[in-house]
Amino acid sequence: MRPLTEEETRALFEKLAKYIGENIQLLVDRPDGSYCFRLHKDRVYYVSERILKVATSIPGDKLVALGTCFGKFTKTQKFRLHVTALDYLAPYAKGFGVAAKSTQDCRKVDPMAIVVFHQADVGEYVRHEETLT
Amino acid sequence: RGKPPARGERLAGCLAAMAALCVEELLARAEQREAEPHRSVAVQKELELEFDLGNLLALDRNPPRAAGAQRESRLRSLARDNTQLLVAQLWGLPAGRAEGATGPLVAQLPEPFYRLPREKPLPRPRPPTRWEQFARLKGIRRRKRTSLVWDEAAKQWRRRWGYARAGGDPARDWLIEVPAGADPNEDQFAKRLRDKREKVARNEFNRLRNIARGALPGRGLHPTGHQSRAELGRATQVARVSTASLGRFQPRLPKEPAAPPPRGGKKRRFEPLLGDLAAERSRQLELLRGLGSKKPPLDLTRAVNKQLREEDAQAAKGKGKKRGQRGKRGRQRPGGGKGKKGGARRQQQRPAGRKRS
Repeated sequence: MRPLTEEETRALFEKLAKYIGENIQLLVDRPDGSYCFRLHKDRVYYVSERILKVATSIPGDKLVALGTCFGKFTKTQKFRLHVTALDYLAPYAKGFGVAAKSTQDCRKVDPMAIVVFHQADVGEYVRHEETLT
Repeated sequence: RGKPPARGERLAGCLAAMAALCVEELLARAEQREAEPHRSVAVQKELELEFDLGNLLALDRNPPRAAGAQRESRLRSLARDNTQLLVAQLWGLPAGRAEGATGPLVAQLPEPFYRLPREKPLPRPRPPTRWEQFARLKGIRRRKRTSLVWDEAAKQWRRRWGYARAGGDPARDWLIEVPAGADPNEDQFAKRLRDKREKVARNEFNRLRNIARGALPGRGLHPTGHQSRAELGRATQVARVSTASLGRFQPRLPKEPAAPPPRGGKKRRFEPLLGDLAAERSRQLELLRGLGSKKPPLDLTRAVNKQLREEDAQAAKGKGKKRGQRGKRGRQRPGGGKGKKGGARRQQQRPAGRKRS
């Protein structure tokens, strides 16, 4: 278990910024407690200071998890966000999705082209409840 | 008019008065310092401390009253008090001067009371040599040998071995009687030589066998063919360090792994696990601010490389022009452009902060 390095923190924040934008500082600096990110076996955990102090007394190879797992770093050091982070990201979620084309291209493109990737379309599950298996 | 002497006298008088004043001041200050209550050297304790001065140990059995908000300061004063008592005991020991009359004052510590446990396990007893086994079996005990032996031929006390030893006179070999049961055609001189060589060889063989069994010092370091990887590693390490420079300038073998980093330095350092969380938070917020600014941060490496590339291009252009003027006229040299690009590509990997010579 160890804190994240500079590069790892940057990778994590860049990924989170795609979903919650500038509100990451609300995760980092919380009014109701001191929380931090810790890396354990390539997984990033978001854990309160109290739990962290207790977890230090467990041997590393016997520790399974602590706090909430936000995601993991792959073998090539890319950060993959997990669904377990949803509870913490949902309150601060940004809008609908990511633009597939730049603003200029959007005007010139044909009507059937894809313009937005709806990565964060939460309403889809509600709208298509009948059709989704 | 008498001014200079008067002035000189007055000056001297002034200086003397000033000196006297300074000295008085110093004395007054010293007295003041003596009078004001310093931290007292006396310490009050309910239970007396137990001392083991041989180990510089003081045992305090008083229950510590270090709890609550002022724990730190209470613990610190407790430590100071106990150290004071220990040092007072040390001053009570018989002392002497270390090196001559002007050396430092040294106390003579008594024998330690508490025995500290071993750091390493007991060494295994070595197996006995073949002779030791045989002697034990037969009950042969070691007899002290005399250094001089009576030489019958020379009728003298001669040394047991070495120069002019008893029985080592070369002249005695001029004749060897053929023993009763021996072959008359056998060369007795050659036989004697051969026997001696065999004895020496057998002794050497036994010595090596004892070493292989680990009965002699340096066991584990001689090649046996049955050593584990760990033992071989230890043997190589001992061999490496057995030079006059203690292995500092020993080159590594072709496939030997590089030297481990000096102890105390980890290969990769991380922040402490439960370090300053507030500092960590502020660092992360700074990072966030940098990420969110949407301005490309100044990549120092790339900026420096770009600058170097431009400089080199300028230099190459200047050189190319000169070459063109001096050399064959009218020949368009493609080397100028190629040199420029090649130089830039070659230098792109330099990190920032490179000193430009």
